[in-house]
Amino acid sequence: MVRFIVRRMLQMAGVLVILSVLLFVWLKALPGGPVSAILGERATPSRRAALEAALGLDQPIHVQYLRFLDRALHGDFGASTGVLPGEDAFHVFLIRLPATIELSIVAITLAVALGIPLGYFAARRKGSLLDSGAVVFSLIGVAVPVFFTAFLLKYFVAVQWQLLPVSGRQDARLDATRVTGLFVLDGILTREWDAAWDATLHLILPALALATIPFAVIFRITRASVLDTLDADFVRTAESKGLTTKVIRGRHVLRNAMLPVVTTIGLSLGGLLAGAILTETVFSFPGIGDAIAQGYREKDYAVLQVLILASAAIFVIINLAVDIAYAIIDPRIRTR
Amino acid sequence: MTPMSYADRRKERIDALAAGSVDETPGVSLIASAWRRLRRDPVFLIGLAITVVFVVLAIISPWIAPHDPAAAPLLDKVRPQSNPVPGPEAGFPLGADDRGRDLLSRLLVGSRQTLVVGVVATLFGLAGGLVLGTLAGAFAGRVDSVVMRIVDVMLSVPSLLLAFTIGALAARPSQTTLIIAIAVIQVPIFARLLRGSMLGQRSSDHVLAARALGVKQHAIVFRHMLPNSLGPVIVQATLVLAIAIIDAAALSFLGLGNPDDRQPEWGQMLGRSQEFIYDYPHLAVYPALCIIVVALGFTLMGESLREALDPKTRR
Repeated sequence: MVRFIVRRMLQMAGVLVILSVLLFVWLKALPGGPVSAILGERATPSRRAALEAALGLDQPIHVQYLRFLDRALHGDFGASTGVLPGEDAFHVFLIRLPATIELSIVAITLAVALGIPLGYFAARRKGSLLDSGAVVFSLIGVAVPVFFTAFLLKYFVAVQWQLLPVSGRQDARLDATRVTGLFVLDGILTREWDAAWDATLHLILPALALATIPFAVIFRITRASVLDTLDADFVRTAESKGLTTKVIRGRHVLRNAMLPVVTTIGLSLGGLLAGAILTETVFSFPGIGDAIAQGYREKDYAVLQVLILASAAIFVIINLAVDIAYAIIDPRIRTR
Repeated sequence: MTPMSYADRRKERIDALAAGSVDETPGVSLIASAWRRLRRDPVFLIGLAITVVFVVLAIISPWIAPHDPAAAPLLDKVRPQSNPVPGPEAGFPLGADDRGRDLLSRLLVGSRQTLVVGVVATLFGLAGGLVLGTLAGAFAGRVDSVVMRIVDVMLSVPSLLLAFTIGALAARPSQTTLIIAIAVIQVPIFARLLRGSMLGQRSSDHVLAARALGVKQHAIVFRHMLPNSLGPVIVQATLVLAIAIIDAAALSFLGLGNPDDRQPEWGQMLGRSQEFIYDYPHLAVYPALCIIVVALGFTLMGESLREALDPKTRR
């Protein structure tokens, strides 16, 4: 087990190193180079020269890369030019991170809470109306771009029927105390129930829209996996032993069918990051995704590079955690 | 059943062979049996119908569109304050956009760009995947490890984020950068698929036989292994095409698409509609519906193809 974890961590480190090289090359390839990217096109020659020296652009390329790596590890990416002008870019990431964490947790919870039961019952009644309906629904879920789902929810629920707030994370008029940056949790911790409730209302629509991506995947994997398991020899053995249906379904079918589902859930967490760019943009939800889109529109490359590297790193780390969790659940994996 | 002599049995069998129907050994090829099932599969037929209509429309749209998508026949009806988006009228069944251009014509002609972006990106992605996958699958060992490390790193970043990062590199967004960004994220998918399928064949009988006969390595790879590995890759391409169209729309929506709106494209129309979205949601709904229907068509077709060609689900 320890060997497995060490091997996986080494692989992860390798991926992160390659990612950092790619990001370094990306920065070099930016239109006008990093100096224009950071200072903008209209910078004076003296400021450009100063920054070039400060960035070490007169050094050989491997020295430049090592210095880039050094700064990246210290979270020093320069100042934001567009998203939060003047603010340290890494700080922008820290400010925006909790919103995306909150949104992703609610979205993945919704997707799991709906996808697994629906997938299970669809498989148990394969070919039934419930099954066909759910399969068609999940196929449509794949075909509908997430920003359009977000737009429909926003247009009807928030704008037309005015049931839920249109945008943002919390009503600006509420003077809520900040503890963790997760607004719902903050409200509960400080017993500011109105703040927690307001933040929850703001979360519902973006989370629903974002949840459609993992929902479709989790539903389909659960359905396929339960179908496979229902056919397995050990289930037939259990049946012929005369075990009750309840025990067979709980212990033999569900537990074994959940193995691939766990991996899927982990992998869809990364997909959420990409989906968050679109969903957060539609709802002006101030998370990482919204900052990435805004950073692109305003050519804020300092913020863009932090967010892209951090998002990729988060995704890689989540995958590692999923792999380890999977090895704990299923011992057969460790030997591979 | 009366016992038959050995000679009778042989005769009967030869007769049956001549008639072309050997009932004893039902050796129906995978493709033939898949086609037999697909012909009766409503899901596949719906997907096929949507795809055919879309492709035909994309080809003939410039001739059937009632107006020039770049011309602005209703420009004099546009009033920035009171009536920014002219509604439907005679000859303009869906109305116009905010620059007085016929919406129906733009939707029709927009199918072209959407098809071009999706197909060209998928072809590039397929080509890249074929090169990497063939390298890894043909040479195994060290080449395989190096190629697969590259592929794994590409797969380790969420694909839309990777496409966005590549698209953000361009000084000016354009259709070309959009196609490149979408193509790059497809390369690892095709590469892995092809490599897996080719590695599986390395020890299969027909490859061993070819090797025993002294067939050269490149001939084994290109004549024996590659053609046999293409099936799953082509099925996957259908599914990837659907995702490519959706991803292209998403990138266009974020502003990474072609900014020149004289050439309409559905994702770009969707992105441009954001300004008027509360008062004139139909500007967003029409292109979005087009994207959804087309993506659904490719998905339905690809899913049923995959199921039909999967030996496990053969009945």
